[in-house]
Amino acid sequence: MSTMNTVGRPTAPNQVDSKPATLTGGRGLLQNEALIFEGDGWGKTGVDLPEPKTDASDLGDLVRKDPIGLPGLSEPEAMRHYVRLSQKNHAIDLAIYPLGSCTMKHNPRLNEKMARLAGFSDIHPLQPISTVQGALELMDTLAHWLKTLTGMPAVALSPKAGAHGELCGLMAIRAAHEAKGEHEQRRKVLVPTSAHGTNPATAAFVGYSVVEVAQTEDGRVDVADLASKLGPDVAAIMVTNPNTCGLFERDIIEIARLTHEAGAYFYCDGANFNAIVGRVRPGDLGVDAMHINLHKTFSTPHGGGGPGAGPVVLSEALAAFAPAPWVVHDDNGYRLIEREEDEAEQAFGRLCAFQGQMGMYVRALSYMMSHGSDGLRQVAEDAVLNANYIKARLQDLMSPAFPDGPCMHEALFDDEWLKGTDITTLDFAKAMIDEGFHPMTMYFPLVVHGAMLIEPTETESKAELDRFIHVMRLLAEAAKAGDVDRFKGAPFHAPLKRLDETRAARSPVLRWSAPEGSNQAA
Amino acid sequence: MRYLPLTPDDRTAMLAAIGAKSIDDLFVDVPESARLDGPVDLPRVAGELEVERALSAMAAKNATAGAVPFFCGAGAYKHHVPATVDHVIQRSEFLTSYTPYQPEIAQGTLQYLYEFQTQVANLTGMPVANASLYDGSTAMAEGVLMATRVTRRNKAVISGGVHPHYVKATETVVHAVGVETQVLAPAFDAEAAVIDQIGPDTACVVVQTPNVFGTATDVTKIAEAAHAAGALLIVVVTEAVSMGLLKSPGEMGADIVAAEGQSIGNALNFGGPYVGLFATREKLIRQMPGRLTGETVDADGERGFVLTLSTREQHIRRDKATSNICTNSGLCTLAFTIHMSLLGETGLRKLALLNHEKAVATRDALAAIPGVEVLTPRFFNEFAIRLPKGKKAAEVVDTLAGHHVLAGVPYSRLAPDAGLDDVLLVAATETTLDHDIKFLAKALATVLAA
Repeated sequence: MSTMNTVGRPTAPNQVDSKPATLTGGRGLLQNEALIFEGDGWGKTGVDLPEPKTDASDLGDLVRKDPIGLPGLSEPEAMRHYVRLSQKNHAIDLAIYPLGSCTMKHNPRLNEKMARLAGFSDIHPLQPISTVQGALELMDTLAHWLKTLTGMPAVALSPKAGAHGELCGLMAIRAAHEAKGEHEQRRKVLVPTSAHGTNPATAAFVGYSVVEVAQTEDGRVDVADLASKLGPDVAAIMVTNPNTCGLFERDIIEIARLTHEAGAYFYCDGANFNAIVGRVRPGDLGVDAMHINLHKTFSTPHGGGGPGAGPVVLSEALAAFAPAPWVVHDDNGYRLIEREEDEAEQAFGRLCAFQGQMGMYVRALSYMMSHGSDGLRQVAEDAVLNANYIKARLQDLMSPAFPDGPCMHEALFDDEWLKGTDITTLDFAKAMIDEGFHPMTMYFPLVVHGAMLIEPTETESKAELDRFIHVMRLLAEAAKAGDVDRFKGAPFHAPLKRLDETRAARSPVLRWSAPEGSNQAA
Repeated sequence: MRYLPLTPDDRTAMLAAIGAKSIDDLFVDVPESARLDGPVDLPRVAGELEVERALSAMAAKNATAGAVPFFCGAGAYKHHVPATVDHVIQRSEFLTSYTPYQPEIAQGTLQYLYEFQTQVANLTGMPVANASLYDGSTAMAEGVLMATRVTRRNKAVISGGVHPHYVKATETVVHAVGVETQVLAPAFDAEAAVIDQIGPDTACVVVQTPNVFGTATDVTKIAEAAHAAGALLIVVVTEAVSMGLLKSPGEMGADIVAAEGQSIGNALNFGGPYVGLFATREKLIRQMPGRLTGETVDADGERGFVLTLSTREQHIRRDKATSNICTNSGLCTLAFTIHMSLLGETGLRKLALLNHEKAVATRDALAAIPGVEVLTPRFFNEFAIRLPKGKKAAEVVDTLAGHHVLAGVPYSRLAPDAGLDDVLLVAATETTLDHDIKFLAKALATVLAA
């Protein structure tokens, strides 16, 4: 019984032993939110438009007559719907987001403001060139920064994501072999077993057969195995550096030399460029092509899975094969070369309708200019320092996959330390959710059993790292102490409990449909 | 540096915890010859104010669509985007989250993707849609590749009405895997001509409606001809708002729809980022590229959403995947789905009618100019005109830009060798004012008379 004030208002919380379920299924601030199709929005609109004067009768039987099936929401309803949904997401702005290989760093809001300047956002891709000189200047400036930071002579800006950049790089390599008359004989691409799935998928997409290269005990490319597989039938190697185990390939220069000696090209997956930006130039390592995920190293927002941007820097040997369009600068200002036939007969074509991800170019350049060359070097140093700090502080409880020597920007653990606990990497990750953290990347790279790949990035403070490490240690100790229930059913405190992914794949339901017998649209 | 939280003391303490003497100890694996001693030759750290000044100066050199009478289209359209859209997509939980790999803490993203998939399916008149691709042109390329997987045939017949840049982007990719393309000559009503080219080796027929010249076509007969020959029909749509007024691709028999969704919720952005819409028939979903969101339940039986059918995708299938796609157009899909939710069917139909109304008014004004020939009989919000006396559209557009009007896209900008140098593509939308139309007509008449 709590005490009350004079109007009957309790002055202290009640003491209650059990937690009754809510009547609605809601939980405090977390509202249950139906699909827009399940509300009363049929026929509604949240946009005020003038009454059209035409009924489009001039279009005759081309006019769409049946209901389309699109409910509408007034502005306040729309705002609530999406804000309620947003509250069910984890985000970088809430806490560390240590997804290895994804580089979830802070997204500066200056970048957003700059990308929304009308001079960048409200210009059409096919306006007369004289009216977009500033846009071309921005692209040219971004290209200069990317070339200087990588030590490479050319860059193709247009690829729309990392995987699109891989496609660009391999197409350039293919075109180079075609130009030398060697394409028919060179049909293989060598890819280490630890590579991202996009690497073999891209090689296959371009028509190459994929040959895997073994890994050494210490998590690097097995140079002897690579050398034995290189030959006149190999078009390229695709190596991620730093690699997906979070390690720098010590023999990278030798790998490049062997590759070139065999007449092949070196494609570097630049997903992990954040670890070395400003400290190492891929051009000095012998790289021929490398994509740069602007949404990783250069802080453009991940946005729930895009849009990304994947410019590709190219060596002298591949520069002539870059796809259209590109920017040139002369005494008359900037020009956009939109058709490869015009200036470079060897360009391999075009990868998308227009100039690529202009909105991302602005954000990335805003980020680069903010840091400057000195700040970017510090980015790599702090990213590597943060990862090594996590590794050092967890290695007594968890098992680092490669304990000897430093890691780069991400710390990789295996599940050896969970042996005998009946707890899997997945269980451990789901328990992290209950403690307020997004899990690390799990089960990748494939070469490490039960992999846990932690990438903090440079934008985490020491205090946040210490908080994360503290929770990881508590969880690891709980796992080792046999507190299995905490992990097996986790998460218990997230908006939803563990989801049945098998059921979703077995009988896919990919869209809302009106219930049987209802007269709702579509 | 304002984005870097570590202090010099933090760094010292952390190095000590690691057991390293200096930061260089952590870079020992880098070959000595490749270690840079200091910063590369680029400007140093800059404050917000300096960066804002430098970038604003570049932005100020561009003529913006909103500042002048504006009639450019050809695959990118100027529409009004409600303020709510840009506010919501900048919420931290949407802007700074990633691909929903952990569905228990990503239901916000997953539910809107599920709503997006339903909206796109209904808009295109197709049973299912994916969670987006990069843009319309890459969606077309993926569509052609998917058709070759489904039919086990190797040739695409492409109408002369398909946007030339879409054709180029598609050919660049599909030629690399040995898929043949047959592209027909450009023509204002090109679509029907594909029927005669369909053969037993045809994997798919690709048509665009409204096509690059603006012509809206009922492609039902093309669908029938394709299906009779065992081929798929791919319908490309570069102006998504058109589907609020015109018969949907699904209604006309499309098997795959590859569309550009920029018109709904997204700014012009000089060409990107945009959002590729991709829809198909139910029986083909396992051959679809890109991410898919599906419904399921959690351990308590509560409805929830997850990424599904990932056994098609690169992170599982590696070199056997249906596509190498990983990232999609996340925030642009969110912008699309919010704008579409605000419009609703009522708003979308009205918006589409307004677009048509403005384009008809523009057509009427330009048709009255002596010597100007309108080439597109039935169109949505864009049409083609032929300028008199073989005047080059590119030169006329450049001259008009000097008079502060962006008059449209010269077809020669898209296809310099087509011999259509006198053809100008003109688009109008709900943002077009009557005054803009008068201004354009007067300026064009003046330039043509000169």
